[in-house]
Amino acid sequence: MNLKKVLEKTEARIITGEGETGRECRGFYVSDLLSDVMGHAGEGEVWLTIQTHSNVVAVALLLNLAAALFTAGAGPDSTTIEKARAEGVVLLGTSLPTFEAAGRLYRALTEEE
Amino acid sequence: MTTPGMVLRFSVEGGDYAAAGEAASKIKKALRKIGVDAGVIRRVAIAAYEAEMNIVLHALRGRLILEVAEDKLRVIAEDEGPGIPDVNLAMQEGFSTASDLAREMGFGAGMGLPNMKKCSDTITIETTKDRGTKVVMNFDIDDDGVT
Ligand SMILES: Nc1ncnc2c1ncn2[C@@H]1O[C@H](COP(=O)(O)OP(=O)(O)O)[C@@H](O)[C@H]1O
Ligand SMILES: [Mg+2]
Repeated sequence: MNLKKVLEKTEARIITGEGETGRECRGFYVSDLLSDVMGHAGEGEVWLTIQTHSNVVAVALLLNLAAALFTAGAGPDSTTIEKARAEGVVLLGTSLPTFEAAGRLYRALTEEE
Repeated sequence: MTTPGMVLRFSVEGGDYAAAGEAASKIKKALRKIGVDAGVIRRVAIAAYEAEMNIVLHALRGRLILEVAEDKLRVIAEDEGPGIPDVNLAMQEGFSTASDLAREMGFGAGMGLPNMKKCSDTITIETTKDRGTKVVMNFDIDDDGVT
């Protein structure tokens, strides 16, 4: 699945990384605890979270994540957006609650198999 | 292509959430530049990030030091701070003294030291009450680890 499909399935918008919708997404991780993400999210995955401060960008960058997807309408501040642009980190946002967004992505993944 | 003998130092300010992660990020970039294996870089990046966050969250100020040798990498995180009263307790997954604000931001899961242990080949912690803490982590580079 690529980011374009992630956007479609979750009715999300691109906050940063407009040119990166072809990026491959190797899986998903859902958590709002940064150390949990550090310890368990895999390279190339999309991270669903309601945390929006600039450390999300640091974590996504260090782990080479495909994107961070803010759920439940959570939106990052301008510092976070600027940092993501500077580092080439893709940020997406959906107004769907986390459970709904994750459920849709899970279903889409199993349909692909 | 390694650069044995290379030493990089990055200072870290306690409480500076905005800059948190920058030292780890610079370490990652430096390792990529010298051609270290991607899996090793990942382990070092995770461990360095957690060490940096612990200085930001729990100490006054400190520094991260990366040492590159022929067959291994070393990350040292040392700080001036309160020290860790009970290291065995601190190493347990879920133990955290992080503030409510830090927890709201998603820090303070009590998984930082366990992540550092998991990602490094050896870890030693020296700490003195009201003085500070020094964490030394070594990372072996496999034969094919460095090209
Ligand atoms: N550099 C440090 N200085 C003082 N205390 C520390 C330091 N690093 C860790 N600690 C203590 O150990 C606990 C566990 O650390 P860690 O596993 O990284 O979890 P967390 O940072 O999420 O609380 C911290 O909550 C803190 O009490
Ligand atoms: Mg920690």
